[in-house]
Amino acid sequence: MSRIVGIDLGTTNSLVAYVDQHGVPRVIPDVEGRALLPSIVAYTPAGVLVGEAARRQLARQPHRTIYSVKRLMGRGYEDVEGELSHLPFQVVPASEIVRIRVDDREVTPPEVSAQVLRALRQQAEAALGEKIEQAVVTVPAYFNDSQRQATKDAGRIAGLDVVRIVNEPTAASLAYGLQRRTEGLIAVYDLGGGTFDISILRVKDGVFEVLATNGNTHLGGDDFDLALVSWLLEDIQTVHGADLAGDPEARQELRLAVEAAKCRLSFEERTHLAIPFGDFVYRRDLTRADVEARIASLVESTLGPCRQALKDAGLSREQVDEVVLVGGSTRVPLVRRRVQELFGRTPHSQLNPDEVVALGAAVQAQILAGSITDMLLLDVTPLSLGIETLGGIVSILIARNTTIPTMAKEQFTTSVDGQTVVDLHVLQGERELARDNRSLARFELRGIDPMPAGMPKIEVTFLIDANGILQAHAKELRTGKEASIEVRPTYGLTEAEVERMVDESFEHAEADVAARLLIEARTEADNVINHVERALTQGSQLAEPGELERIRDAVATLRRARGGDDRELIHERTTAVNKATERLAEAMMDAALKGALASKRADRILESS
Amino acid sequence: MDDYFAVFELPRKLTVDGEALRRRFYELSRVHHPDFHQGADEAVQAATLARSALVNRAYRALRDPIRRVEYLIALEEGRDTREGSASRPKAPRDLLEEMLEVQEALEEARAGELDESARERLRGERERLAARRQAEDDALVGRAAEWDAAVDAGGDRQPLLTWFKERLAARAYLRTVIDDLSAALGEDQEQHVSHRRH
Repeated sequence: MSRIVGIDLGTTNSLVAYVDQHGVPRVIPDVEGRALLPSIVAYTPAGVLVGEAARRQLARQPHRTIYSVKRLMGRGYEDVEGELSHLPFQVVPASEIVRIRVDDREVTPPEVSAQVLRALRQQAEAALGEKIEQAVVTVPAYFNDSQRQATKDAGRIAGLDVVRIVNEPTAASLAYGLQRRTEGLIAVYDLGGGTFDISILRVKDGVFEVLATNGNTHLGGDDFDLALVSWLLEDIQTVHGADLAGDPEARQELRLAVEAAKCRLSFEERTHLAIPFGDFVYRRDLTRADVEARIASLVESTLGPCRQALKDAGLSREQVDEVVLVGGSTRVPLVRRRVQELFGRTPHSQLNPDEVVALGAAVQAQILAGSITDMLLLDVTPLSLGIETLGGIVSILIARNTTIPTMAKEQFTTSVDGQTVVDLHVLQGERELARDNRSLARFELRGIDPMPAGMPKIEVTFLIDANGILQAHAKELRTGKEASIEVRPTYGLTEAEVERMVDESFEHAEADVAARLLIEARTEADNVINHVERALTQGSQLAEPGELERIRDAVATLRRARGGDDRELIHERTTAVNKATERLAEAMMDAALKGALASKRADRILESS
Repeated sequence: MDDYFAVFELPRKLTVDGEALRRRFYELSRVHHPDFHQGADEAVQAATLARSALVNRAYRALRDPIRRVEYLIALEEGRDTREGSASRPKAPRDLLEEMLEVQEALEEARAGELDESARERLRGERERLAARRQAEDDALVGRAAEWDAAVDAGGDRQPLLTWFKERLAARAYLRTVIDDLSAALGEDQEQHVSHRRH
């Protein structure tokens, strides 16, 4: 069997890991030694960029640069409508799922995720020197069926056979189990960039039994950033009189600065923001208390799911032996404090909270490959599965926190004489009414022999596999005939759509590293050209004699190089343009600063008068 | 219907050693879990998946003493158990009278604003019913040994079976009313339809 890698496909960052010949799980870095690949994809005119190169496009080409796409996976338009105004790229509804429109093309969330998975695959192939075709991919424990299916689809589009979907907190517990021989009752609190999970496990004799899980697939560090951005946008309006809410570039600049400041404030009490916005520089001090005041209610909202998980596990908080923190957002001191208060014990994160999920995925990959035989993961389904019955009420077939794989059988019949088709509506969720739950799929039982109403007895078996994904099959009990069952996923891609995307991705796959580097160089050149052209319209009066001509020449030379395939040459010419514009850029910055100071002084004079 | 007791090679009795059951569950999982059959052909994989699902369901039904009684009744009567039924449980006759007052309080609460004394009253009722439900649980578990003895002696188990059913019905109803009280108090934040669970 070929090697199976473990992949943590995160909201903010993604990682790939494997278990080395000594049985130690290790993260696979990229050629530059970076373990974390930003989950960002930029669809630029020069080509597709992924990771760090895409991250650099966030504030330059915000409408072409897709981030946090995990929050759109397996979701319908109405699920995400509320937050679209915060996203700089365009999300459009498309037959129950969403698509992202970039210039004249449209991509689905699984296709965007596939770009990230493909980059990770190439990273692993380069480091290990072998072809990688199989992966264990992690998802939030509280992901529903559609979100899991979308993740699997993304793998296929990236040319990876996703042999198992594993829940992130459980993967983390596997890494702890292997490396630290953790045993007992463990609570894993996992707060990432976009999702929150709490899982309670019993770890004993190498078996990792999940007792209960809960969470929120729309809560994470992204929401902390958003709260801070909204607050600072108001502050900027007050201080500078500038409304930047509708300016995507400025919003991205602010978001990136806020995210970095938030991270610094996990280790320091105060920090300083200085963000240049075209004609002014926004400066202010930011304290940890400032941040905590804005995110307190978000942190608070993770505690309810923790209590519910304890209750579902039939445990009191005193019984929990260990609380483990996973996910970058658990570095926030307020999060640690609140978790400590809730469980009454100090939580720890002895393994790197950014890496532990990927490491655990690699461990699970070894179990599936048969290389680890003394460990076994028994996970649960996070949400109840039911079918719609008369009056729009849900009848539960499989309750939440049931160990998977699991199955339930249900008999159906016809209500009209001669009826040959029966419709079933399958839902996931905890609410009493069908319309309040998540619609998973509509099933059509076909080919029933015409009989008087109520005579046919069709038995449908609903099976949730070890991935937490639903399978269903049907049998007519009188004839013993397998009934055909057609599944129409409510929020997902059809088989044909995935097939088409797999084909397309082979056509468009960026052949190799060289091709990718060329795209990066061209994109950088485009950015510099755009920037310079904008600067020339604003600041040409500050130029010295002959300076404008020199700059225009440099830009023209860069344009010619940009048209060719020589990456080195494009780099050289880009650097030349940067050098040619250095003095003018400084002069413009000086002028902007003086302007800002002057207006501040004017304000003060007005105030004191 | 599948005999979950047989899956664990246990007699159809209500007294089960929880720790031994869990150990056996882990052993069976190590044999049947799909993780250990990843390379097998499709037919073997399908069979393992079905077996693993059966082991998991059996453990779920047997590990909890109350759920164990529910399952045993279903097994004895040869019908399938369901995780939840669509219809709300009806009030058992012996609870009907004492529930009248609670229902009245609930009606009032739904009709208008709740003042502090009304809330206090609802909370009191909820506490009383929770204790009542705990008593039902204890009573059910308390007669488990009686059932086991009847199995050993080959005696008539029908009256005990009927009694179990009545108590389970009362318990389900109490749960519904407790949930209704929580909802009326606005403390039902999770919005989970817990009355449809065991």
